[in-house]
Amino acid sequence: MPEPWKTVESLSYEEAYAELEQLVQRLESGQQSLEEAIRLFERGQALIRHCQALLDQAELRVRELGPSAAPEGEPPEEEVAP
Amino acid sequence: MVLEQIPLFPAPALSVSALTRYLRTLLESDALLQDVWVQGEISNLSRPTSGHIYFTLKDEFAALRCVIWRTHAQRLRVALQNGLAIEAHGYISLYERDGQYQLYVDALRLAGEGVLFQEFLRLKARLEAEGLFEAARKRPIPAFPQRIGLVTSPTGAALQDMLNIIRRRYPLVEVVLAPVSVQGEEAAGEVVRAIADLNRREQPSVIIVARGGGTLEDLWAFNDERVVRAIAASQAPVITGIGHETDFTLADFAADLRAPTPSAAAMLATPDGDELRQQVRHLAHRLAGALAAQVQENARHLLHLRQRLERASPLRRVGEDRQRLDYLSTWAAHHMAGALRLRRLHLQGLQARLESLNPRAVLARGYAILQRPDGRTVQRVSQATAGEVLHAHLADGYLSTRVESVHPRPPTAPEGGNHA
Repeated sequence: MPEPWKTVESLSYEEAYAELEQLVQRLESGQQSLEEAIRLFERGQALIRHCQALLDQAELRVRELGPSAAPEGEPPEEEVAP
Repeated sequence: MVLEQIPLFPAPALSVSALTRYLRTLLESDALLQDVWVQGEISNLSRPTSGHIYFTLKDEFAALRCVIWRTHAQRLRVALQNGLAIEAHGYISLYERDGQYQLYVDALRLAGEGVLFQEFLRLKARLEAEGLFEAARKRPIPAFPQRIGLVTSPTGAALQDMLNIIRRRYPLVEVVLAPVSVQGEEAAGEVVRAIADLNRREQPSVIIVARGGGTLEDLWAFNDERVVRAIAASQAPVITGIGHETDFTLADFAADLRAPTPSAAAMLATPDGDELRQQVRHLAHRLAGALAAQVQENARHLLHLRQRLERASPLRRVGEDRQRLDYLSTWAAHHMAGALRLRRLHLQGLQARLESLNPRAVLARGYAILQRPDGRTVQRVSQATAGEVLHAHLADGYLSTRVESVHPRPPTAPEGGNHA
């Protein structure tokens, strides 16, 4: 029954926060077994640590957009999604 | 000497004050003079320590005394100097002490700005009619941007201000700077290209178009129709932070969100890290609380079940049965004793009655029982024959006797003895 959870470290702040919020609501509804509740709680703690770490340890990344060489037909720059 | 004839009783002379006040009232009741733009060149500029500014506006043929009160003077954005051609706005009144009418200035602009302003209004009306500024077009700014595109001057203070604010508030974001000139001939074209490039190559969550404060002319690029259209067409929502609080450009109207300054734009584009930490702490609280509640709830259930189990336990039933057994045996013992007593009484009665019938008791009184040697009692004379041996039982033993003869009683005798 437990849904597969993504590794906490792979979540963006927005995703982690959204999941945390949802999870707390679920836990507050009290609809699950104690075992499930503890599982949710531990996941929640991991999400909290992740959110805090993201906020506290992030270094602002700034880069400059290079000049567009050719306005037409130029493939967009490869950009790894964060 | 020819003196003009003076009427004997002339109208009374007005005092200078009265005349001056009359003139002043006259001036102040004229609608045109109370809300007027005047164009001219500054001369005799004077800035005493009071903070008020005095100067004369003049052109080739005339001069006009002007005053700017300190409260207005503080808000001036044009650096005044002698010889500067300006347009001043205000009302005409009269300074009674000097008998001087003057312009009380509340706003001024460089000469020529008026023309620009008309142009601005015309373009604004046109774009507005096209629906470019409609509220329905405005898109929400994402709460958690992943990438912010900055369209601004790479050398301006605005850029550093914005980076500082973004770094402080939400360092998780990535900033892509699209450097542009923010004033001059090239500015509009560069801004348009930067917005397009950012959208095409970076897919930013939001784009900030920013420029620090400047004169109306400095900000003119942001009233360029091409810039306005580029902002309206941007895929990513656009926040503008152009000039100061009081500056409105057409770019601002087209933007999804208008910020009064570049710094404010950076704030509107990012969530506040402190607030986020607070939110996370709050959720952490709720998380712990929810688990505690859950555990408590379970403990309560458990206790409840335990109580139910105990109530249903066989041990409890055994106990109950034992108690019932005790009760029953007490009850039984009680009743048994009663019954026995009753029986005993009954028995005693019977015994007494039996006693009264005991033939031996009769024997004690001198009667005898005759029995054959085989034990059969002889009740009638016919049961015996002469010569026969009978046992005569007395109270303390028996006598062996021999029947001499048998004499039945004649049947006339009414009272018969059953006893032998």
